[in-house]
Amino acid sequence: MDMLLSTLEQGLIYGIMALGVYITYKILDFPDLTVDGSFPLGAALAAVLVTKGVNPYLTLLAAFAGGVLAGICTGLIHVKLKVRDLLSGIIMMTALYTINLKIAGKANVPLFTKDTIFDNSLLDGFVPEALAPYVTLAIILIITLIAKYLLDAYLKTRSGYLLRAVGDNDTLVTCLAKDHGLVKIVGLAIANGLVALGGAVYAHEERFFDISMGTGTMVIGLASVIIGTNLFKNFTVIRATSSVLIGSVIYKGCVAIAIACGLDSSSMKLITAVLFLIILVISMDRKRKVKTHA
Amino acid sequence: MLELKHIHKFYNPGTINEMCLFSDFSLSVQKGDFVSIIGSNGSGKTSLLNIICGSIPVDDGQVFMNGKDITNEKEYKRYRHIGRVFQNPALGTCPSMTILENMSIADNKAGSFNLRRGTDKKRIDYYRELLSQLDLGLENKLYTKVGSLSGGQRQAMALLMSTMTPVEFLILDEHTAALDPKTADLIMELTDKIVREKHLTTIMVTHNLRYAVEYGSRLLMMHQGGTVLDVSGKEKENVRIEDLLEQFNQISIECGN
Repeated sequence: MDMLLSTLEQGLIYGIMALGVYITYKILDFPDLTVDGSFPLGAALAAVLVTKGVNPYLTLLAAFAGGVLAGICTGLIHVKLKVRDLLSGIIMMTALYTINLKIAGKANVPLFTKDTIFDNSLLDGFVPEALAPYVTLAIILIITLIAKYLLDAYLKTRSGYLLRAVGDNDTLVTCLAKDHGLVKIVGLAIANGLVALGGAVYAHEERFFDISMGTGTMVIGLASVIIGTNLFKNFTVIRATSSVLIGSVIYKGCVAIAIACGLDSSSMKLITAVLFLIILVISMDRKRKVKTHA
Repeated sequence: MLELKHIHKFYNPGTINEMCLFSDFSLSVQKGDFVSIIGSNGSGKTSLLNIICGSIPVDDGQVFMNGKDITNEKEYKRYRHIGRVFQNPALGTCPSMTILENMSIADNKAGSFNLRRGTDKKRIDYYRELLSQLDLGLENKLYTKVGSLSGGQRQAMALLMSTMTPVEFLILDEHTAALDPKTADLIMELTDKIVREKHLTTIMVTHNLRYAVEYGSRLLMMHQGGTVLDVSGKEKENVRIEDLLEQFNQISIECGN
């Protein structure tokens, strides 16, 4: 039961991050490695603000804003300085490592005695004792669903349409008299905002920030997106964003099973990588969209 | 009105492969003209369109639109006045979006892409009406993804989408070349109808000599970055396909083909 609960919690937290990866990977067709830096960026911002006594829920907004800034930087490097997409992400990821250290002040910030979004005097006031084990999951679920529904709503706006068009066919966006570079920057900003939000919730849940917590985020996000979108590609009723969340939970489930089977948690990243490889090979989602023009 | 003045364009400048495409090339297209451009491969037809739209920069010379110098204006800004259809039907539509969504983004071209709802429900009937003109049954498939349509259907949509909002100029880059003869005829008729209805100033590059002769008010033949034939009005009506073929042969002989 505990394992199920923690799998759901972790799955949904990483699901928020996976929503961001969904935007870059599936919609923009942009392999954005910034996420390995923006996930701990969100965590660092949340951790530092919480230790400073800021309302824990406000730290989530700050984390989102930080991620947006990181995304904008990646976008500017790619669009204005004309650096290749993969390299822009790598540059930002590397730069963010130092920035995260500067924000946090040290490589590890514990939050054990602080108020978090899951544990504060406000919650203690009206949550009955019996439901206490489920509070964390409930709050994660609420935040995740808000993120999902806001993203769904955005993708149905005019601006959202343009974002979907730019990954599909940026020539068309140019022909619509819109700067496709700008649209890409907006997409990257929203994506990294969501990733940083995921990082912040993760820091609240784990009650610490660690500088290395971002390593492999991209792989987890991609795995979730690929599992989700492939598993439910024939179900038109289920939105892509929902399937990404479910994919994330399934992925965390796979990792939990691997650990339960006797693999120790120090080989986490190896499990992550091997699982991703297996998923990639099974889904064969490796064919690229045809880019028909220079 | 569209004017190109003393355009110079080199490819691979400064290298051993340097190639001069346009040297002091000028062209003026009057408002309401429908210009068909034919010519051999590499004669500069598509480059000409790219220069007009700003897809490629010029090395020297100026481009004027309605008397305004747009030589340094960004490509996407020029498309406020220009609709363009490409040879590749995939370039004019978004495959992963539905027909309705594609029509909606095209309809928004004139406005701003803000946080308002992407598809205006009140406009759906209007989109249906536009699509029904195509006679392809697309009006009943509004919720189908464009990626599952055929090339001809997509090209018809691309044509419709590029002319949905008030543009002055229509640039057609071999837009029937990838289609079967019957569909090509259909698209060409549709093009002519739209151009007439909306009084668009049109430049069409084509390899189909019949279309060049039958449609349009002016005919250009290009060769090695220059015009070797430029007829309009009465003179153009008398041009026959055989004349064009003969001219083509002469060019080819000069080139030693």
